[in-house]
Amino acid sequence: MTLLQVQGVSLSFAGSKVLQGVNFAVAEGAIASLIGPNGAGKTSLFNCITGFYKPQAGSIRLAGTETLRMKPHQVTRSGIARTFQNVRLFREMSVTENVMSGLHCRTSAGIIESILRLPGQQREETMIRDFAEECLTFVGITEGWDRDATTLPYGWQRRVEIARALATKPKLLLLDEPAAGLTSSEKEDLIGLIGRIRDQRGISVLLIEHDTGLVMRVSERISVLDHGVMIAEGAPKEIQANPKVIEAYLGVEDGEASLGL
Amino acid sequence: MPDTPIRPSAWGGLTTILDTPLKRQVAIAVILMAMIVAPLLFGQYATVILTNALLYVVLALGLNIVVGYAGLLDLGFAAFFAVGAYTVGIATLNFGLNFWLALPLAVFFAIIAGIIIGTPTLRLRSDYLAIVTLGFGEIVRLAARNLRETGGASGLSGIESPWLFGWHISTPLDFYYVFCVLAIIAVVVSVRLANSRLGRAWLYVRHDEDAAEAMGIDRVKVKLAAYVVGAVYGAIGGAFFAANLGAISPNSFSFQQSVLILMAVILGGMGKIPGVILGAFIVILAPELLRDFGDLRLFIFAVGLLLIMLFRPSGIWPAKSRTGARR
Repeated sequence: MTLLQVQGVSLSFAGSKVLQGVNFAVAEGAIASLIGPNGAGKTSLFNCITGFYKPQAGSIRLAGTETLRMKPHQVTRSGIARTFQNVRLFREMSVTENVMSGLHCRTSAGIIESILRLPGQQREETMIRDFAEECLTFVGITEGWDRDATTLPYGWQRRVEIARALATKPKLLLLDEPAAGLTSSEKEDLIGLIGRIRDQRGISVLLIEHDTGLVMRVSERISVLDHGVMIAEGAPKEIQANPKVIEAYLGVEDGEASLGL
Repeated sequence: MPDTPIRPSAWGGLTTILDTPLKRQVAIAVILMAMIVAPLLFGQYATVILTNALLYVVLALGLNIVVGYAGLLDLGFAAFFAVGAYTVGIATLNFGLNFWLALPLAVFFAIIAGIIIGTPTLRLRSDYLAIVTLGFGEIVRLAARNLRETGGASGLSGIESPWLFGWHISTPLDFYYVFCVLAIIAVVVSVRLANSRLGRAWLYVRHDEDAAEAMGIDRVKVKLAAYVVGAVYGAIGGAFFAANLGAISPNSFSFQQSVLILMAVILGGMGKIPGVILGAFIVILAPELLRDFGDLRLFIFAVGLLLIMLFRPSGIWPAKSRTGARR
């Protein structure tokens, strides 16, 4: 069954076409990757899916529900969580508090309940903390929970970000270059973690990644974006042999530039 | 795992000094005792000044929620103070309501005012928000100055002091203790909100709006909540201010008033409750303590403020971590 269905999505900024009629799908329970040369529009597509950019045309559906007109927080609530290309944890807040942010959209205590510390609010607070700690344990962070999150080693920060996204209880997890800046042993852990997210939590995963070795190992389906156009889609073996993909990659210079956000 | 700093809490460094329940209880007991005996030691003039300082503690803690927690620069906070004061004034004088019925009305109008001004403006970036709130403050002041119901430039007078279960709250000492209670409630509410789902959401939105949205937090709604809570603090402060003085005029709600409250928040340290309390006391007590300098008093006060901001840009109150490193 299709979980995420992207149809005919076109996005342009001041006349420059970033995405041109992109069609794309992620099956339920899949681990899929989105690859492509620099400036191909991968992060822009992520931003469209998560509601940060508003495409001029097209449709984006999560399990049949149109999310294109939703605000980012509504998209998250409907079941899509994300991480950022450059880690964006909340400064001056503890690791646990960072992960607790994910549960905001799944909880409800308001001003009055919090001021009076009503039993329901207290139970909810305990639940939020417990679930955040469970998510941290799941991604392999079992200590340093009360430290300022932005002072953790880089590889840990990446995992805290994944834990934070998992805390929103998503159906689909979008990872924007999760392996960037990781050591090779951390990359191995990441491959294992992505597998466990799908197998143990039943969450589908879509990642943007430049480490082709990692992409080939971890993904079941790969989609290739080039100059805002989807040029290929298939299993890793098919993608490796696809002449259009090879041309797209050889035709551009090496090195990575960030795409904003 | 390197020994990285523990993140600072709303209590500033106090949680690391007062790390056991016993120490905390002793500290609270000492503060309460000091609050009770202070007016008996310093006399009536000082009692009036301290009452004013406690009013500023309430107002500054309210503005701290808006500025310190949610990171919204509000230059028109005195408007909510005015809404509270005028609601009580009009409701008691023109409609014969008693103070305790006028008080929830003041809160209600502050919430309405907060929503009216907040809904269209909280989508703005903070610098634009500052301008809009500045304008809002002036609109409220000018409206109060020109409407017949608010008594025009001379304001309202003859507002009766309230009764509470047979106790007529009328002397300066009575009002001092009332404001002590208000300040304590203001602190407790601030702490509880800071440690709640909503309090965390304010910090998330302040630190990174996009990341907060990506976590499913409706930033407009969360900011509006901060704005409305701040408005309620302002209105309650204003209501008791009106009851205390018995007379109010537009001059009490000028732009200078908004700036003074903001100064208390920034001076003490945004987001740090003990710092904000300290800031409120400095803003009120320093000009009094400098009275001996006559005409130079405000000049010395201003130089002092500049020096504090130069050497402690994040406020007087230290944000100490367990490792003792300063942020």
